[in-house]
Amino acid sequence: MHPTTESPQMIDDREAAGDITDAIFALEDVTIRYGSAVAVREVSLEIPRHEITAIIGPSGCGKSTLLRSLNRMNDLVPSARVDGRVRYDGHDLYGEGVDPVEVRRRIGMVFQKPNPFPKSIYDNITFGPRVQGIRTGLDDLVEGSLRAAALWDDVKDKLQQSALALSGGQQQRLCIARCIAVSPDVILMDEPCSALDPIATLKIENLMRDLRERYTIVVVTHNMQQAARVSDRTAFVTLDVDEEHGRRAGVLVEYDTTARVFTQASDARTEGYITGRFG
Amino acid sequence: MSRGTARANPLARSSGRPGEKVVLGLLFACGALSIVTTVAIVAVLLVEGSAFFGSISLVEFVTDTRWQPFGEPGSAGFRVGIAPLVAGTLLVTGIGLVVAVPLGLGTAMYLSEYARPRARAILKPILEVLAGVPTVVLGFFALTFVTPLLQDIFGARTIDIYNAGSAGIVVGLMIVPTIASLSEDAMSAVPRELREAAYGVGATTRQVVARVVFPAALSGIVAAVILGMGRAIGETMIVSIAAGNLPTLTVMPGAQVQTMTAYIVQAVGGESARGSLTYQSIFAVGLVLFAMTLALNVVAQRVVRRFTQEYG
Amino acid sequence: MGLSTPAAASHRALADLRRPRGRRATEAAAHAVLLVATLAGIGFLAVLLADILRDGVPRLDLDFLISYSSRHPEQFGVLSSLTGTLSLMVLVALFSFPVGVGAALYLQEFAPDNRFTRLLQVNIANLAGVPSVVYGLLAAGVFVYFLGFGRSLFSGAMALSLLILPVIIVASREALRAVPTSIREAGLALGATPWQVTYRQVLPMAMPGVMTGTILALSRAIGEAAPVLVAGAVFSRRATNEPWKMGEAFAAMPVQIFDLVKRPQHAFQIEVAAAGIVVLLGALLLMNAVAIVLRNRYSRRW
Repeated sequence: MHPTTESPQMIDDREAAGDITDAIFALEDVTIRYGSAVAVREVSLEIPRHEITAIIGPSGCGKSTLLRSLNRMNDLVPSARVDGRVRYDGHDLYGEGVDPVEVRRRIGMVFQKPNPFPKSIYDNITFGPRVQGIRTGLDDLVEGSLRAAALWDDVKDKLQQSALALSGGQQQRLCIARCIAVSPDVILMDEPCSALDPIATLKIENLMRDLRERYTIVVVTHNMQQAARVSDRTAFVTLDVDEEHGRRAGVLVEYDTTARVFTQASDARTEGYITGRFG
Repeated sequence: MSRGTARANPLARSSGRPGEKVVLGLLFACGALSIVTTVAIVAVLLVEGSAFFGSISLVEFVTDTRWQPFGEPGSAGFRVGIAPLVAGTLLVTGIGLVVAVPLGLGTAMYLSEYARPRARAILKPILEVLAGVPTVVLGFFALTFVTPLLQDIFGARTIDIYNAGSAGIVVGLMIVPTIASLSEDAMSAVPRELREAAYGVGATTRQVVARVVFPAALSGIVAAVILGMGRAIGETMIVSIAAGNLPTLTVMPGAQVQTMTAYIVQAVGGESARGSLTYQSIFAVGLVLFAMTLALNVVAQRVVRRFTQEYG
Repeated sequence: MGLSTPAAASHRALADLRRPRGRRATEAAAHAVLLVATLAGIGFLAVLLADILRDGVPRLDLDFLISYSSRHPEQFGVLSSLTGTLSLMVLVALFSFPVGVGAALYLQEFAPDNRFTRLLQVNIANLAGVPSVVYGLLAAGVFVYFLGFGRSLFSGAMALSLLILPVIIVASREALRAVPTSIREAGLALGATPWQVTYRQVLPMAMPGVMTGTILALSRAIGEAAPVLVAGAVFSRRATNEPWKMGEAFAAMPVQIFDLVKRPQHAFQIEVAAAGIVVLLGALLLMNAVAIVLRNRYSRRW
């Protein structure tokens, strides 16, 4: 990354200018294919630690695919292939000998539609720690995770009840608590609010801001206002259509602090999307 | 919270999980057992059956019209033509299909196109119950109810106590649920738009069924009949009880016959020593039986594959 | 049907909205024929049950269930074949349930998408169509003679287990397939291994369907006489009283019924046999009822 011979003043200056001083992810020319079709082409960016980074863009342009490459969830699709380099804390995520299971213990994910297990709230949260061999201190872990997810007061008296009895917004916060319980470094969120009502959405957005202190958050959203409200940095991904060869792939068009992306976008396509001219 | 500063690559597999590898290996073994079973079936039938063909002439096996594999080859009355057994099987199966195809198809058409949801909810489970009746019970019914009934209708001289007709009728009734449910699946798979197009130009239900649904579902229906035929050929208890144990080359439904399956049961009941010709003949007949049903199953699967290609 | 003027045409059209009489008859006839065909199969079942109950119930009493076989029809009891069937079922369940569920787990959750996997699937479909008597021959060749287990409970149990294995595999796969993918994704995203997700989340969710399928498969095995006959059941007079000794000769209900039906004496052939059938059908009814209760009690809550 950057040499540590920088003085604190130099670092402050660069941060003020919007440069990334402490990146947890570094993508270099990442191209993701499903079989022979290119989903995402040559994306390069760095994701800073302890910030909320949003990925926005029209539907179908590969945002989710890009997100899933960060915790190797694309491995679930047999035909998926990732070229280029995805570095996490300096380590190549797709290198030899890297275990996807270990990757996912550090980089968690919350999905678009809340997917709690059909078990009790307590058992949902303890599943992650249990599969990692943690057997003691579970009660404290459950309370801590639920507090961090702003759900403790709602459910503290009914931990043994089924998770499916919760409302949609509560289920999603449960999923966040479940994710937190394994102490990840990063929480990836794939359109976490798109299945929720506005009030639940607001609660989760507030939660995201609180979580930023302990975790790094990368969120995919098709809701621009949400990105503007919540994120520190925004990446705009859109479809690049090559009419000649009949190819379409997602490309990273612009990536900057949220303030700049939304007020002084440098690319016309970004401006067009943000002002609603397309997408 | 950063992890793994002690290890070279914290993302490498940390905890040894050898137990999982063993478990996955066991699961694979369970899956592979099916291949072992098939190989074993073929091996057993071939090994013992070919010992049989070592002692007798294949030509005789195929062309002779009598089946009496008792005693030593060359002794008086020793005949090893399989034709009577195959004929018995085919006669019973044929009668069964004559019964099962109209009833099964009729049931399928009724359930698929005419019946109201409540009627379907009652009738379908009853069909499933019928499918679950053990074949010994059906054999009992064939011998003690159907045969006397046939004898009352056609006279005891045309209908033997053991005859192909009773067994055939009951075998047919046995495979009605198979043909009905598979045909109904095939008809349900016909897209609703086709029916609606026909109804839209004023066709009646009968016309829609006969001219649109049936032709569209034809390959599925054919596959259902072929599978039913396979089940009829492999049926053992009904024929052992009701069709008799006298290998006869005939097409008369009232006559006593012996099917391949009934011969196997009869020969197993006798105390024939291992390695004797009679013992080996059991496996030779089993081999022919297995080959016939396997061929039918393969054909049915091909037909189904072509059918799913048409409707996805 | 000529339509000369618009007024005449519309008048005629209205009058013609009623179905012409000839076509009404054909339609009704078609409907009736198909209904008769449907009811014929069901009516057959009713006649069958009536006949069996009429012949068998009078002969049925407690003694019938707890006595051993006898030369005299009035003293004949099915105890040894009942216990034989029970022992058979226990052995069959012990073998076929883990192996069947294991194979289903492998094929549904872990098998790669390649030619070998497809071969396995085709193979299982073919095995489902093999006549039951061939499974008896298989058990005879391999277990009775080659491995030397003889005509024993074990050989019979193996014949039945292999027979119903495809049924269990197919039913279990269906149950596993019904579990939503989002559950697997959630589990994997938490850093669980595929086996941990399968074992701790997917399989428990599929278990009701798996159990139902297994019980139905076992209820099929209970009624199968041919493979058990060929693999060595003897007619009860020679069977021991404690058939959980796996190496010994044994009896089974369907085989017992077969023997009874073949006897010349009317009392055996009709009454005692029918009574035995009632017992067998009763056991079947019980198993199916358990399966249905299971299915309803645990029907999908997600």
